[in-house]
Amino acid sequence: MKYQARIFVTLRPSVLDPAGTAVQSALKQMDYHVDSVRIGKYVEIVLDADNEAEASQKLDEAADKLLANPVIENYRVELTPIA
Amino acid sequence: MKFGILVFPGSNCDRDVATVTSGILQQPTRLIWHSDTDISDCDVIVVPGGFSYGDYLRCGAIARFAPVMKSLQEHAAKGKYVLGICNGFQILTESGLLQGALVRNRDLHFICDRAPLRVERNDLAFTKKYQKQQVISLPIAHGEGCYFADADTLKELEDNNQVVFRYSDAIGNITDDANPNGSVSNIAGICNKQGNVLGMMPHPERAAEGILGSTDGKALFEGLLEGLLVNA
Repeated sequence: MKYQARIFVTLRPSVLDPAGTAVQSALKQMDYHVDSVRIGKYVEIVLDADNEAEASQKLDEAADKLLANPVIENYRVELTPIA
Repeated sequence: MKFGILVFPGSNCDRDVATVTSGILQQPTRLIWHSDTDISDCDVIVVPGGFSYGDYLRCGAIARFAPVMKSLQEHAAKGKYVLGICNGFQILTESGLLQGALVRNRDLHFICDRAPLRVERNDLAFTKKYQKQQVISLPIAHGEGCYFADADTLKELEDNNQVVFRYSDAIGNITDDANPNGSVSNIAGICNKQGNVLGMMPHPERAAEGILGSTDGKALFEGLLEGLLVNA
């Protein structure tokens, strides 16, 4: 089974996000008054796995080890079977 | 006494370090490619600055899985010395050899400057040639040099006296104004509990000979060398 995964990596709420703050102030200058902006990363992965549980377990492992740094980041995985 | 300097694709301070260890200190020095695994001949491993693997994903994230890193873990576990500078510091935190993480500078700029640092402890091989609370000046050059650790980790670092260098003003005051990148508690360098692994954002190798304008960094390498001779 092939799966497409979309992984969203975000800074933990306690970690300062200067890039997000800069974008927020630019939006403000453009008259968009938004409450907050946080910038993260988006990773697309296609992988083979026997079933969704296995795919999910593999991706969690990969995200914990490499895609996110648990000291500063959280992640969320979305999975879709594609074939 | 032999120095080994890890070289990843994108390392760019490897030869600067070699100039100090091999040139100024006259010690055998070997550049170690990231795919090598036998580093047992080296007494000190330096993880140099640069942009390992283009800093893709996060600084140091990919380097942490290079084949040589398992050997580096073993080297450190034996109590042998490891010095991580700039990108090397980022790699050491990513690999778990040091706590915390380095994130983007508070003001978003890449900073290329000299920064005064206060030496917080001089009972390590790395810092024995400095006075405690001495203010030294070293070059910094980083975009993601803001040291972050959560409150529990920070307390642990302070309790165990693991903060080695802090950004300070010219007379050693630790203030927000003297903090170039927003690092928590002005931290510029930390060591592990045992004191054999040091990571720092400033570049001592770029301040090791008079022609470069400062020799404040040379004492770090000299102290290390002395520490090795004592242990030998």
